[in-house]
Amino acid sequence: MRNSLLWAALQVVLLLPTALASQEEIERITAPGSQVDITLVLRSTTDLDVLRPIIEAFVLQNPDIAVTYEQWGSNALFENSLAACAGKVPSASAVFSSGVHQMIDLVNRACASAYRSEQTTALPAARRWRDELWGITKEPAVMIYNTDLVPAKDVPKSRFALLDLMRRPTSMYRGKIATYNIEASGLGYLFAFMDSLEASTFGALLEGFARTDAVATCCSWEIINRVSRGDYLIAYNVLGSYVDSATFDNIGVIHPQDYTLFLSRAYMIPKDGPEKQAAARLLDFMLSTRGQNLLKARNLFYAETDGATLPESAERGISIEPTLLVAGDKHRRKQFIDLWRSAFAKRDKAR
Amino acid sequence: MTESGARVAVPFRTSLMSRVMLGVLALLAAGGVIVAIAALAYGKQAARQSYDRLLVGAAQDIAESTKIVNGAPVVDLPVSAFSLLSLALDDRISYAVREADGTLLTGYDTAPIASKSGDQVLFDAMLHSDAARFATVARRFAERDYSGTVYFTVGHTLRARNAMAIELTRTALMGVGIAGVILMICAFFVIRSTMRPLEHMASELLKRDPYDLTPMPIKGPAEVTVAIAAMNQFMRRLDRQVGAMRNLISDAAHQLRTPVAAIRAHAELVADHGALAEQQQGLERLLKRTRSLGSLLDQMLSRAMVIHRTDNSPPEPVDLRDIALHVVELEDHMVLSPHAIVELCIDGDEVMVFADEISLREAVKNMLTNALKHGTSPIRVGVTGKGKTAEIWVADAGPGPSPEMLAQIGARFERFAASKGTSAGLGLSIVSSVAEAFHGSMHIGQHEGGFRVTMAFPAMGGKDAQ
Repeated sequence: MRNSLLWAALQVVLLLPTALASQEEIERITAPGSQVDITLVLRSTTDLDVLRPIIEAFVLQNPDIAVTYEQWGSNALFENSLAACAGKVPSASAVFSSGVHQMIDLVNRACASAYRSEQTTALPAARRWRDELWGITKEPAVMIYNTDLVPAKDVPKSRFALLDLMRRPTSMYRGKIATYNIEASGLGYLFAFMDSLEASTFGALLEGFARTDAVATCCSWEIINRVSRGDYLIAYNVLGSYVDSATFDNIGVIHPQDYTLFLSRAYMIPKDGPEKQAAARLLDFMLSTRGQNLLKARNLFYAETDGATLPESAERGISIEPTLLVAGDKHRRKQFIDLWRSAFAKRDKAR
Repeated sequence: MTESGARVAVPFRTSLMSRVMLGVLALLAAGGVIVAIAALAYGKQAARQSYDRLLVGAAQDIAESTKIVNGAPVVDLPVSAFSLLSLALDDRISYAVREADGTLLTGYDTAPIASKSGDQVLFDAMLHSDAARFATVARRFAERDYSGTVYFTVGHTLRARNAMAIELTRTALMGVGIAGVILMICAFFVIRSTMRPLEHMASELLKRDPYDLTPMPIKGPAEVTVAIAAMNQFMRRLDRQVGAMRNLISDAAHQLRTPVAAIRAHAELVADHGALAEQQQGLERLLKRTRSLGSLLDQMLSRAMVIHRTDNSPPEPVDLRDIALHVVELEDHMVLSPHAIVELCIDGDEVMVFADEISLREAVKNMLTNALKHGTSPIRVGVTGKGKTAEIWVADAGPGPSPEMLAQIGARFERFAASKGTSAGLGLSIVSSVAEAFHGSMHIGQHEGGFRVTMAFPAMGGKDAQ
């Protein structure tokens, strides 16, 4: 898989127009009527529509900079960054990914350049590493459900409630529970991996998923849409920021009361990237009060305003620290995916 | 010594205080440098040890979590190992699990392989162009389906170690710095109080009139009193020399004027008188006067010399018998009074004193000359050792001078003698000076039916022989 992705990355260089397989979207954002000197290439896993207001505010404030926004899948972006680090493909000016463990790995492989400013040093220790990687956002991993189809008494407030739901002998939720496919999504893998470290409920969850023929699928938007449509009733470990930025009337959001994982998307300035200065300016902008306010407005920075308060002890931020390297370990990943597959394979055999 | 009369200006020099303070400062600085080096070495050592333990702990943790599954080692990488490594907050981590043949099982292929073999190896290597420290732990597996050694290498860059070393050094240096400042302050006060007697002495000296050769009061610590005592001694000597010179000059002025006037008068008489017989008589008187002036000059110069020698020649052990023998053997008396009998009274035991041989000879010569001139033959020159006292004496058979003269004898000069153109008083004053110069004394008086002049010294034989 790695080779094929490397090949894809090579194609980006060689056959640019046809090589957009791993790169989902690309758009150049400039301030209207501005004189552009610098083009900042930002490779991100975030949907452009979510980040667009922030980028637009940034180019308005910095009219000399144009941002070329490339949207990537997290695994593809990781492979691309590795190749760029090795000098095989052109490097981005900045990489902004939700696959935090992959970003840690990149920094650990000396692929990033260091930067210090008032804003970066003000970050808490859990949101920066070596002054080369910074956590910009704070997004919860939530459960969502279809408010039309799931009875109020069934709504799982915690993982234990979800387990109980899945253990019912005859369940209307069979085949109606969805979660990320951890092999396809770096973020899904990270959430699942953190779950496995966090509590013993993970084994039971896997067992429950297997029992109810849960669906492992791809991509936040797809999951949310299909929950809204009623294809799935409940989805587990969905990025809360995506749900809220969509306008779905019939979707309920649960911050699990036992513990809720919080993700900080990581921002990195590659060591060989062009326009590092501009990349640093974008970083400072996103960490500035204005940038953070914009992020909050787009639900990328969790704030306890919506009544459903979470006990302090239930907040589990995914710290940006080298322990996340464990998630990227070859053996560990293989064992983890084997475990995952064995849970989801039962259903395939049954069919 | 040149006495310019004006006070000598003191050229500006760095004070003793500032010198000593500079010395202390230099000492402290040198000590500080040494302590800094030692602290840095210690800090590095401490940081290295503690972080090395971390590395080994992490490697062992990983080794423990490795199992053989289906004939192959499978690493269930423990988060705890990486939590350990994360204690080095900002350091890059590298790890690799390799089989004996070097096949990478999991981890980074950039992690180096230890050059040494062993169950637990610590080594330095580079990690992505940064210096790094690695630990390799070996674990042997002997399972049914897998047998062999698996090597677990863990490493990290040196940021945390260096930070810890610097922190430890900084703490140590801060302590040393505070101690140094306290020491400086203490040293300042101690030195200042030590220097006070010296300053006192210096100001005393500066205040002093350059002609004032009186001794200074001896007070203050031993080192200062030694200096003052030495200075006093020097001033005393200077005073004596100046006095001797003054005496010589005034003696010369006083004593020479009369005989020289007499000689001139005689010479004029001889020149004026045409008669041969009168001329002959005048010439004889002139000769007598000249001879007398010569001996007077001899005496004065010898006295000046004796005083000069006693101040400038260190005393040596001298046998008084040698002195007596030498003086008698010179046979000066054959010239002065050919009919006088001079006997030498010495025996076989040596009589040692601490003195200057030449001064003693001069003194005894004077004693003998006096006896020949004023005494009655036979004259005896003798030496007596009496326990702690050693004596050298000259005796004659006469009654000695009158009591009034006796009272005046021994003074520096005597008008009566001088007016006569002789020098008896001067001779005895030399004797007295020599005796005093070597801690002795002069005695004059009747002895065994005659007149005797004695110089008595503390004997050195009895005590030093032991």
